[in-house]
Order: sequence, then C-alpha cells, then structure tokens
Amino acid sequence: MPTDPLVTVRDLRVGAITDASRKVEIIRGVDFDVAPGEIVALIGESGSGKTTIALSLMGHARPGCFISGGSVRVGDFDVTGLSERARRELRGTEVSYVPQSAAAAFNPAKRIIDQVVEVTKIHRLMPRAEAEERARELFRALALPEADSIGERYPHQVSGGQLQRLAAAMALVGDPQLVIFDEPTTALDVTTQIEVLRAFRSVMEKTGMAGVYVSHDLAVVAQIADRVIVLKNGEIQEVGATEQILTAPEHPYTKELMAAFEPVPHVPVEVPHSSPKPILEVEHLSAGYGGKPGAEPTYRILKDINFKLERGRNLGVIGESGSGKSTLARAVAGILQPYEGAVQLDGEELKPDLHERRKDHLRRLQIVFQLADTALNPAVPVGTILGRPLTFYHGMKGERRERRVIELLDMVQLPGALRHRLPGELSGGQKQRVNLARALAAEPELILCDEITSALDTVVGAAILELLKDLQKDLGLSYLFISHDLSTVEAICDDVLVMLNGEVVEALPAQKMSTEATHPYSKLLISSVPKLDTAWLSGLEQDPELVARFTNR
Amino acid sequence: MTMTKQRTRSLRLPTPANLGYRFNWAGRIGLTVILFWAVIAVIGRWVAPYPVGEIVDFDYFGPVSGDYWMGTDYLGRDIFSRILMGARYTVGIALGAVTLACAGGIVLGMIAAVIGGLFDTCLSRFLDALNGIPSLLFGIVVVAAVGTSITVLILTLAVIYLPGSYRFARALAVNVNTMDFVTVARARGEKTSYLITREIFPNIVGPVFADLGLRFVFIVLVLSGLSFLGLGVQPPNADWGALVRENIEGLSLGAPAVVFPCLAIASLTISVNLFIDNLPTKIRDRSD
Repeated sequence: MPTDPLVTVRDLRVGAITDASRKVEIIRGVDFDVAPGEIVALIGESGSGKTTIALSLMGHARPGCFISGGSVRVGDFDVTGLSERARRELRGTEVSYVPQSAAAAFNPAKRIIDQVVEVTKIHRLMPRAEAEERARELFRALALPEADSIGERYPHQVSGGQLQRLAAAMALVGDPQLVIFDEPTTALDVTTQIEVLRAFRSVMEKTGMAGVYVSHDLAVVAQIADRVIVLKNGEIQEVGATEQILTAPEHPYTKELMAAFEPVPHVPVEVPHSSPKPILEVEHLSAGYGGKPGAEPTYRILKDINFKLERGRNLGVIGESGSGKSTLARAVAGILQPYEGAVQLDGEELKPDLHERRKDHLRRLQIVFQLADTALNPAVPVGTILGRPLTFYHGMKGERRERRVIELLDMVQLPGALRHRLPGELSGGQKQRVNLARALAAEPELILCDEITSALDTVVGAAILELLKDLQKDLGLSYLFISHDLSTVEAICDDVLVMLNGEVVEALPAQKMSTEATHPYSKLLISSVPKLDTAWLSGLEQDPELVARFTNR
Repeated sequence: MTMTKQRTRSLRLPTPANLGYRFNWAGRIGLTVILFWAVIAVIGRWVAPYPVGEIVDFDYFGPVSGDYWMGTDYLGRDIFSRILMGARYTVGIALGAVTLACAGGIVLGMIAAVIGGLFDTCLSRFLDALNGIPSLLFGIVVVAAVGTSITVLILTLAVIYLPGSYRFARALAVNVNTMDFVTVARARGEKTSYLITREIFPNIVGPVFADLGLRFVFIVLVLSGLSFLGLGVQPPNADWGALVRENIEGLSLGAPAVVFPCLAIASLTISVNLFIDNLPTKIRDRSD
C-alpha cells in the first residue's frame, strides 16, 4: 500500500546570477519523492547539482544562488513557501544535514558534545542532561569507541572516520524525519569508509528516518540506498531501485557511470627508445620531518625504500593516508630532503636538495599534486600558469608561448579559450587537466602523480586515466602513480608497491594484485574496496583484529 | 560578421566594462575624490584666494562669508586658502609615507615568509623591537636629531608604520607559502623574487590593500600630532590635521574653521578606503 511521501519535490528550479549579470540555471525542473524511512541516493558527477538539490530540501541555496521555481514539501512543511525565519525552525528538527568534510564542519575550539547537542539548545527540544544522554546513545548506535567520554574531546582528538560519525550524531540528535548525507565518506580511506557506512546503515535502520544520500560513488550508494536518482546538468536522467540501476541501467549516462566503475586492465605500452637504464631508481631512501637537515629526523616517515621504474612503465604506490605515499613523491622530487639513500634519474644521480639539482633534472621529473584547487595559483589565469614553465625551461615568449599553451590545452582536451580563465572558474576535472598540462609543459620523462584522481568523481577520474594513457603512448612518459584507490592503480599501472607506515610491505605486478597478494595488509586493502553489489557490505567479513592492527584505531 | 564586431569594439570607449573590468560606484566615488585632492595638491598654490600666512580678517573664528568661503581661523587667516595649501602636505606626505611603509613592509614580509628560518626570525624580532618604540616619541627623537623637512617626515612616518605592515603581510604570506602551487613553483626551481611577486603577492593583495587604507588614516593623524608639537609641517604652512588642532578652541564657538579641515580629512580618508575596498575587478564570466 503506497503511503504518502515524506518529501515531495516538484519542478524544482535553482538559478544563479554571474558577475556579468548573466542568469544561469543550475537545477532545471527536478521531480522526486522520498517515502518515510526510505534512503534515496542522488548520484552524478561534480557540477550535476546533487548537493544543490539536497540543500534545497532545507530551503537553503548557496550564496549567489536562489530557488527560482517549483515546490519542495517536507512532511507538513512547504519549504519553498516558508519565510527564512520559519525555515530555521525546520532545520535540525525536521531536516538535518551531514556535511562532506566533518573536519571543516566542527568548531575546533569547542568540545564535541557541546556541538552535538547544540541543535537541542537552539530549538529548546529537551534539557541539556537529556540531550547529552541521547547523544551518548547515538554514539553507541554509531559504534563509536568510548561512547560515554568521546564527547568530552575536541575535534582534533578523534580520527577522521570517527568525526564523520560524530557529525552524523549531530544531525540525528534533533530526531529529524529526513537526514541529508552530503558525500560523507568521500574523504575517507577505504577501510574507514566501511566502518562509517556500516554505522550509518545500522542507525538509519534502527531509527527509521528517511535519508537523502549524495554521492558520486555508485558502489558506496549500492550499500546504503533503496533507490537511486541519477543526475546530470541539473536534470534527472534515471530513477530506479538500487538493484535495477546496478543490474539493468537504462539511460546511456547511467551506463557510462557503470562503465567508469569497471576497471579496465592496463596494457603496457611499447616505448621505442628503450634505454637499458631505468628511468627512476630509488635505493635505501629514508626521509622524515623535524630535526636538522641531513641528520636523522625526529619523525621518520620513509624507511629504506627500494624500487626501480623502467622507462615507459608505470609504478603504482598504494596505502592508506599516513602510510608515507605522498612523502615518497616529495622525497623523490626533492621537496623533502631525504637523509639517506639515493635517487637516480635515467642513471644520473639526483642531489637530495632541490636547490642543488640541475635545471635539466628538474625539468625531466615533474610532480602533479592531488588537489588541483591548491596546486593552481587562484589569482593567475590558466594561460599564465601554463606559460611559466615554457618560459622557465624552454625560454619561450610572446606568440610562440601562446601557441604552445593552446597546444598543451588541446593535449589535455580542453578548449584554448580556457586560458583566459582563473582556476576557480574551472570544474574539478578541468583543473586537474590544467594541473597535468603544466607538468607536460616542461616536457618531462617521468611524472609523479600524487593521488591525482582521488578528489574527482568516477567518470571524470576515468577520463583522466584515459588521458594519461594516451599521453604515455604519444610522448613515451613514465608515471609513478600514487593512490589509495586500487581500481585506479589496476587501471594504469604495471607494478604495484603496497606501503604501510613508511615501508614497502609488498611489491607485485598489478595484474596479479587481487589474486596473489600475500601480505595480510594488502589483502585487507583489496577486500575493503566497495563492490557494485547491494549485498557486499552485509556479506563482507573482515578480521576485526587485523583491521585494528593495521589502521591504528 | 567578425569584422563588424571588431570594428564596433575598436570604437568603444576604454571604460572599465569595455576593458573587461567591473568597477562599482563606491569605488568610482572614492577614486574621484582622491583625484580631486591630488589635483588640488598640485594647483592649490595658484587657486588659493589669499596667501597662506596672511591675516586677512580682524575678527578671529569668522563665519562663512562671501569673502571667506570657509570662515577664518584663530588669527583671522582664510581657512579656504589654508586647506587648499594644506592639501599638498597631507596628501603628499601621508601618501608618500604610506606607500613607502607598505611597500617595504609587504616586500620584507613576503621575503621572510618564503625564506623562513633564521632570516625570518632575525628580521621579525628586529622589526618587533622597532614596533615597541612609541611612534610620537620616535618622531620627536628623529626630528630633534636631524631637523625637520618633508623628506625626514616621510621617512620617519614610513619607518614608524613599516613594522605593522610587515607583520600583517608576513602573516598572510606564510599561509599562502604552504599552498601546493608555491611548492610546485619551488619544485620547478623558481627563485625567491618570482615566488614573491607572481605566486604570493596576487593572493594577498586584497587584505594588504585594505591594511594600506587603514594605515593611511593613522599616518594623517600622527602627522597632525607631530605638527602640533611643532615637529611636522612648519608654520605658516599647515597640514589638515594641524589646522584642526590649532583651531580646536573654535569648537565651543561653533566656528567653521574647525569643521572644514575635519571634513577635508574625512573626505580623503573615507575615499581612500572606499577606493581600496572596491578596486576594479576583472569580469570573469566571459563567453569567449
């Protein structure tokens, strides 16, 4: 028997006005319902409007945007018709929100418990003692350790996964009818993600609240949602039960999403000028932070790393955050001076200190950072960003430089007109392409890719990987590819290093990774990657002792 | 089609909008008033109706009249002429000093942030020590030692306000310095001069200019303080701050002599801040 839906969205339109007074429509007429107790996932790439729709359920539009048409009804409230004052009553008690980055959503100066029960204080729902008791119950329900005392800590004293669950507790304490999850596990490691997903699912089942789960990761959504709405460019592409979307997608865009998720096995490319020397050879490399330069550092991060990377081959480095993957890239690039060991580029010794390296060495080894947001100077247009390495390494100027910038943009499949824009005006995928183009401008032989697809959604990430492969074929590059995502590494690398606490625990060919891994940590990592299967999370069995041992939790 | 488009473009006036910039009204008003005072500072000598030091009225604190547009001061001198003549001191000295102080402070602050280490520590502590000296006292000592002149005044005021500007710029630059794009530039092998001018400065320019506007106001005030002590602009010339100070007794008499210099100071300082807070911004939503 169909019940009345809890949420009714009809012909929702959200617009914005740009600084040249041009009107743009972000959401173009979206209709959907959420039944009580149902979890609906909004899925799509960045810029598809999933967060904008989720926020509009609270009657909120981000600065510069406004709800320009349609209606949103939550329970008995007509959200779009209410005044801002009345909407305030709604938030936290009827609809609540779990943000993507819990670390940014907590006030670092206040105790966690004070922030969790704040909703009850604002809306005068219950006395403080009762609210704290309720919060502690939620902590237990969310499987947080030391539920009775964890609230007394400050946000920096708990781990990222715990903080995300605490943010959920904050959203649930007001006993809302609808909870909005805005990519709550995107920033977490795979092993942590499992824990958080489990906690979310059990607490939602227990309380019977309805949820809207925003994500770009189909595999994550498969574990938690009843129904999936696929979005693109502010329009609904396909709506269906999770099972149906996963097994029998109808819309071409959904199929594309599914395809992006399937790992494409990597085929090594043949590089014509195979020199006998490896492009990169690292021997007994050790590095760390603190202490005097050159001497043994206070905090040793990398311990005795050895590997070889042949020309035209790709080496993947996987591990969780804190395993020293990025430090390895920094030590090889000379940004962090290693205190022991040697790095050889094409048989030539690289000086540990960046300032002592020859310009030619710097040029041949380029590094691309994870967050294109911070890796591109926000105050400088794209053309200047790409032009600088051209001037610096190749002495190009004026017309010639301009032409080369357009060529580079073309190489990474971006229109040349983009060179006038500032990085802030590009999408995440475009920024990452510019980031890559800057490395290409130097005409390098080896590129260190530090988690370059991790901040991107699946479709965009897959496109970047495709691009990397094409560039490798055309330019004969080699990549050192750092990632925490196994399917990404599988898709592009020939060999894989598994890192744990600054040490390489296993090295094996990428093709045989899932079958031949022997180290328990490698196995744990491989088993933690979500699968496109609604029963995966429930059926997943991991040795809790093993998890605790390797994740320091 | 493209031809006609280009032709119309070449005929357009170089207004901010046509150059791809947006410049709002508050900023335009600010700039207009600043330019007005700058022009007065240059031509004030020739448009002033009376000589600056001449006692033209037997009555003191005279009212606004046809002869004396802004009344007369405590000696019976024409305030209108004195404000026109004072413009060059206030605008010139304050602008000169604030430019020197901020330019020095910002450049040193960015260098300290980029180089860091011992250099940063030494420079920071030295400028902290300088900051510890009371500004007026410092001014008195300098003027007593080398005598007063416009150059000395500008340099003294610049030295007084440099440490604050340095602290501010360094704090901002340290944050920008940790960003990945600066690391990328370092990994490319860039020199310090490139790092500070191209990577860091564009990202701190907004707050730094806002700070410059505030510092300008402070300098106008300290300048008038120095003038009051007889160490600033020498009589019969006077900067605007000095005009307010010397006519302050007229306040109880409701004399225009104290009101008009105040208005002049207010209009200039508010305009500088209006302009700086509303600098032209590039229109970023371009279709081509």
